[in-house]
Amino acid sequence: MTLAEVVGSTAAIGYGLAAIGPGVGVGLVFAAYIQSTARQPESARITQPFLWIGFAVVEVLALLGIAFGFIWAGAPVTP
Amino acid sequence: MVTGQTTVLAVDVPFPPSVEDFYLPSIVPWGEHGVWFTKITLLLWLSVAILIIFFLVAYRKPKLVPDKKQWLAESIYGFVRNNIAVDMIGKEGVKFAPYLASLFCFIFVMNLWGIIPFAQISPNSHIAFPMILAVISWVMFIYLGFSRHGIKYIKMALVPPAPWFILPILVPIEFFSNFIVRPFSLAVRLFANMFAGHMLLLVFTLGGFAMINANALLAPISLLSWLMTIALTFLDFAIIALQAYVFTVLTASYIQGSLAEGH
Repeated sequence: MTLAEVVGSTAAIGYGLAAIGPGVGVGLVFAAYIQSTARQPESARITQPFLWIGFAVVEVLALLGIAFGFIWAGAPVTP
Repeated sequence: MVTGQTTVLAVDVPFPPSVEDFYLPSIVPWGEHGVWFTKITLLLWLSVAILIIFFLVAYRKPKLVPDKKQWLAESIYGFVRNNIAVDMIGKEGVKFAPYLASLFCFIFVMNLWGIIPFAQISPNSHIAFPMILAVISWVMFIYLGFSRHGIKYIKMALVPPAPWFILPILVPIEFFSNFIVRPFSLAVRLFANMFAGHMLLLVFTLGGFAMINANALLAPISLLSWLMTIALTFLDFAIIALQAYVFTVLTASYIQGSLAEGH
């Protein structure tokens, strides 16, 4: 009797690893924004567009991981 | 309109959702069932129709004291004009406000289909739609750069002020990041967000059915899975609004980069 088994693609593990970087990056972006806003509350509106641009640019790395996972899903595996 | 997802109630739930779930069947009852008129097509037409009709109706009889519709239309346009166009581009930004506002509304409505019951999929989860929007932005900022600065735009965009010995590395990087990665990342960001959002909802909805069918131990957990679906729908709404905003802000910032005087 099998109690548990794991099936599927190791790509999931790979994507998990790949998401660490963007995760840290997005954290840093928001940390910097919170810090700057706490130091100088009146700058909140001025820095907000840059917050979203920075967030978007970093976030795209994680999203590329999703996209390429599917693009390369059909690629042959060489041992 | 509910096609593709009706199989959900069947006993055999295709559990790990795959890319196939995004290729919906044709919804016209007659003729060959091809791919020419699917739910995606219908939703695209609906979004265009909704936007055109909404803005026409809202501004048909503009009053000094606006009614609800006019107020909504004006505050959307005002938001894009003041908070995106003018903030990012500067005074000149007013010129681009109509395009940016249409872009924002179009992306927002297209994305919103992802969480509206019975629609439940965003046309933007097919990369073709974000790609066309990104190409428009790409052509636009390159055209604006050339029309503003002439041939000097190439030097402006590619040669940053740096010591000469570093330029052989910097110029290819600038070219790659400004003219290749920009449109690609615009398209992929919007596409992947919608794709991942739909996938997440599918995983938790279908996962609930898979667990309720699996055995008695797992059946109660399916409730948790469906609760997660509801929570994720709210998260999805935040992402939908954010991505519409981000796409518009990035387009505005690329336009600003093309119009700026020097580095």
